[in-house]
Amino acid sequence: MVVDLEYMAGLVPVILRYVPLTLEMAVISMAIALVLAAALAIVRVLKVPVLDRIVAVYISFFRGTPLLVQLFLFYYGLPQLLPAARSIDGVTAAVIGLTLHFSAYMAESIRGAILGIDRSQWEAGAAVGMTELQLMRRIILPQAARVAAPTLLNYFIDMIKSTSLAFTLGVTEMMGAAQKEAAGSFRYLEAFLVVALIYWAIVEALSFVQRRMEVRLARAFAR
Amino acid sequence: MSGHAGIRIEGLTKRFGERVVLAGIDLAIAPGERIVVIGPSGTGKSTLLRCLAFLDRPDAGRIAVGDLVVDAARASRRQILALRRRTAFVFQNYALFANKTARQNITEALTVVKRMSQAAADAGADAILAEIGLADRGDAYPAALSGGQQQRVGIGRAMALEAELMLVDEPTSALDPEWVGEVLDLLERVAAHQTMLIVTHEMQFAREIADRVLFMDGGRIVEEGPPEAIFGAPQDPRLQAFLRRVG
Repeated sequence: MVVDLEYMAGLVPVILRYVPLTLEMAVISMAIALVLAAALAIVRVLKVPVLDRIVAVYISFFRGTPLLVQLFLFYYGLPQLLPAARSIDGVTAAVIGLTLHFSAYMAESIRGAILGIDRSQWEAGAAVGMTELQLMRRIILPQAARVAAPTLLNYFIDMIKSTSLAFTLGVTEMMGAAQKEAAGSFRYLEAFLVVALIYWAIVEALSFVQRRMEVRLARAFAR
Repeated sequence: MSGHAGIRIEGLTKRFGERVVLAGIDLAIAPGERIVVIGPSGTGKSTLLRCLAFLDRPDAGRIAVGDLVVDAARASRRQILALRRRTAFVFQNYALFANKTARQNITEALTVVKRMSQAAADAGADAILAEIGLADRGDAYPAALSGGQQQRVGIGRAMALEAELMLVDEPTSALDPEWVGEVLDLLERVAAHQTMLIVTHEMQFAREIADRVLFMDGGRIVEEGPPEAIFGAPQDPRLQAFLRRVG
């Protein structure tokens, strides 16, 4: 038989052990990236002097270069400049890289959602004497979050898949584990198929959550 | 409840590009006074209100509310906030916070801007909800309310601020005719103890509520006086023509 199903079945529990690491990297990166992205978006929307220009360059760089290149820059390149960076392990480097990379994309979708909020919402907040930050936090961001949520969840899905790049920084995550197994058995097809199927299952589960969320969000603020 | 030292507006000017929308407005409003602004569309009535709350930034002029004096040309952020905190605004399109319930729309500014406790704000909001006839709709989001109900919440939100001046911008223009009555009734009750500057196309309402009527045309106050004079014996030909048109 071309594909050794029995070998694959035996491999599943081995690879599954690395799912928590994958999710851990993705969840931590996502949590930090969300906060960062909201801050970046606010700086851009409010056109904060100087910071606005810096953020524009930041977003342009992290959207304009491949994630793999960014990860290599942080992990292999940075220690040359900052010797202290040598102590950063692969997982941390991956989390930093994923966070910065995805925060740039997420900032743009949050910014788009903010700009889509009706002008009357800003005016109503201004008229009662709210500061821009109060307005942003209490009125604009909650509404923008609702608009941006499906897109942000898409980025989270993308992020989960992108954790596989941590493999290139020497992290033994799902890909790394599969690589090691296959190196002994020469069953590369089976090993990587198992990895693919596990990723697929995780993403499908999340897509289910996403569909449920969209239905709920459509009902929000309509009681 | 209402203003203390009154409001003075001097030389208020606003341009949009080349177009002069406010050509130097001078106006004094006594505490408790209800002033209705009438006039053709596009003559700066709404812009006057919006400039007073700095929703549109005036180019020149002075606005004094009580002891707060703001020079429009060089108003600081702090002054603008202070001015907005002494005024309340009722919007043509209601502009309720879409992510807040009716009650939260009323309490929001009380807790966030006036730093009232949530309990005190809620108690105040419940009293206002009862006053605007929506005691049972406090937990409803704006999207679930009719236009008339939304505008009543908009007025309730402004009432809660106990502002020295309430600016009311065409409160019934966006409403289906069936809701106009309830909104005007509420405004009339509120006006009994609130200094108000109202822009409206409802002439009957203006006649009933106004202590003084201003007729604006071309960014200027062309004629002003008590409603009996403005509607009964209009002097300026533009006002006469306007009144003939609106019947």
